[in-house]
Amino acid sequence: MSAYAELFNLSKTFPSPQGERVIVRNFNLTIDAGEFVTLIGHSGCGKSTVLSMVAGLSSITAGGLILAGRELTGPGPDRGMVFQSPSLLPWLTAFENVMLGINQVFFTAPLYERQQIAEYYLSVVGLADCMHRRPRELSQGMRQRVGIARAFALKPKMLLLDEPFGMLDALTRYELQGVLLELWRKNRIATLMVTHDVDEALYLSDRVVCMTDGPAAEVGDIVPVHFPRPRDRASVMEHPDYDPLRERLIEFLEIHAHRRPSAVPGERSVALTA
Amino acid sequence: MSSTSLPVTATPGSPASASHPFRAGFQRWFSRLDWFVLPLAGAVAVLALWYLSSATWAKDLPNPTRTWIASKPYIVEPFAKRGELDQGILRFTWLSLILVAKGYAIALVVGTPLGFLLGISPLFTRALDPIIQVLRPVSPLAWLPLGMILFGGWKGANVSELAALFTIALCAMWPTVLNTAVGVRAIPQDYMNVARVLKLSRWKTLTKVMIPATLPYMFTGFRLSLGIAWLVIVAAEMLTGRPGIGGFLWQQYNALIYEQIILCILTIGLVGFVLDRLMSVVERRFRSV
Ligand SMILES: Nc1ncnc2c1ncn2[C@@H]1O[C@H](COP(=O)(O)OP(=O)(O)O)[C@@H](O)[C@H]1O
Ligand SMILES: [Mg+2]
Repeated sequence: MSAYAELFNLSKTFPSPQGERVIVRNFNLTIDAGEFVTLIGHSGCGKSTVLSMVAGLSSITAGGLILAGRELTGPGPDRGMVFQSPSLLPWLTAFENVMLGINQVFFTAPLYERQQIAEYYLSVVGLADCMHRRPRELSQGMRQRVGIARAFALKPKMLLLDEPFGMLDALTRYELQGVLLELWRKNRIATLMVTHDVDEALYLSDRVVCMTDGPAAEVGDIVPVHFPRPRDRASVMEHPDYDPLRERLIEFLEIHAHRRPSAVPGERSVALTA
Repeated sequence: MSSTSLPVTATPGSPASASHPFRAGFQRWFSRLDWFVLPLAGAVAVLALWYLSSATWAKDLPNPTRTWIASKPYIVEPFAKRGELDQGILRFTWLSLILVAKGYAIALVVGTPLGFLLGISPLFTRALDPIIQVLRPVSPLAWLPLGMILFGGWKGANVSELAALFTIALCAMWPTVLNTAVGVRAIPQDYMNVARVLKLSRWKTLTKVMIPATLPYMFTGFRLSLGIAWLVIVAAEMLTGRPGIGGFLWQQYNALIYEQIILCILTIGLVGFVLDRLMSVVERRFRSV
């Protein structure tokens, strides 16, 4: 497989009162076509920063990125974005929120086709019966379903998800992981997803990228996850490799992430910040 | 509620003795006081003060009875027209409302885009904010002569009406301008990111994202602007001598007929109150979106 998306030496500095603050330094990663990659790391290490640079929503200080053979500059609908908060426009119904993007991307298609696309994706995420409701009439989980439908409906080249299930309760989170996996199985879109849930990373992805702690965060470790697809949660968790992989990720987050020069040996942070 | 086993427990917020039948009855009676008896008592107190004042230290002020008798023709025949400045109270109100509507419309048409520009562009804000802060507190009484001068040279124009509209629009515009600007600045970055990711055109970003997101703020501005526009009408009519509720008040005062002045004040107050209520209904509709 060839590298479909390539992030090379991606770096970000923010100005601060003490001068330039390097948040991300020389972040290198390649993603294959149809590959699902998750990015884990401690809160505040710069995961969102990387993702919003890929999305084009945040300027790139140094380095660059290539998607499907082209260098990317600025945002665009070729990268579907799902944020932690669904960021739906509250004055539009779920259907209209999805249509806003569809009208923009498939403007040459006749109206009924565009509407069919919106209806199809909203049905797939389980909102067939309430697609004409406003966001405030939907539960948090349902709103995030709309966000996922909106991203997939535009048939993007790449999918970017920033802790999309971080604000949901465990049960809803499991449901939505299923919804996401199902949609992704049908449309194999190259995906980069930020999470801090190790189990979520193992369940969903082909590779887990561990980011070191900031400042000047970079790729620390890349863990391949080769559970057979299609996956279901039970068989993934029963897989003999599951526990060792999980151990490896947690160990990375507990120890290796703190590789600051002044780090005191034996000083361990307590598991993951939720 | 285990009120049978624990007779002393009361729901939080109400005193423990509230269950006493006499107390409960008193409280029911008292809560009825709240919305009917108390406002009535307030009105009676003001009326008494009025009587007392007109009988003692303000001999020129007609007492409530004389006011009522003199005002009655204007109330029972609210649409009568006996002369240019002798018309039924609702007819005067209507004339004033039309003038306010025109001035208010100008205020919104000018103020809303101006607010948007201020909200979008920090440069624009830096350039205009100081002058706005200086012009905002200027009284309508000060703007009106300027309006007369500005439009005085226009041949065949109704100078007094133009000057009145100029004054109303200029005074009423600021809440719309400032609230719209605040609303635009408060548009969540998430919404703008949606527009950026979808590569919406400038026009679509404005109409599909920015305007809907700003509407609640805009309507707060619209409501406050309407209040000011109505406040200004009296001053504008007084100085221009236009027929209307404010012109009538001023004319009666100059003619040393004081009986209808209180009538005018009450009418102005009532109309302003109704306008504000109407606008807050509209405002709430947009806020709930
Ligand atoms: N606009 C900004 N200006 C300055 N510093 C920022 C900005 N955005 C993020 N940061 C800093 O960058 C670091 C990484 O943030 P972020 O990417 O949101 O972390 P994560 O998503 O991994 O929790 C944080 O320390 C944060 O304070
Ligand atoms: Mg983040």
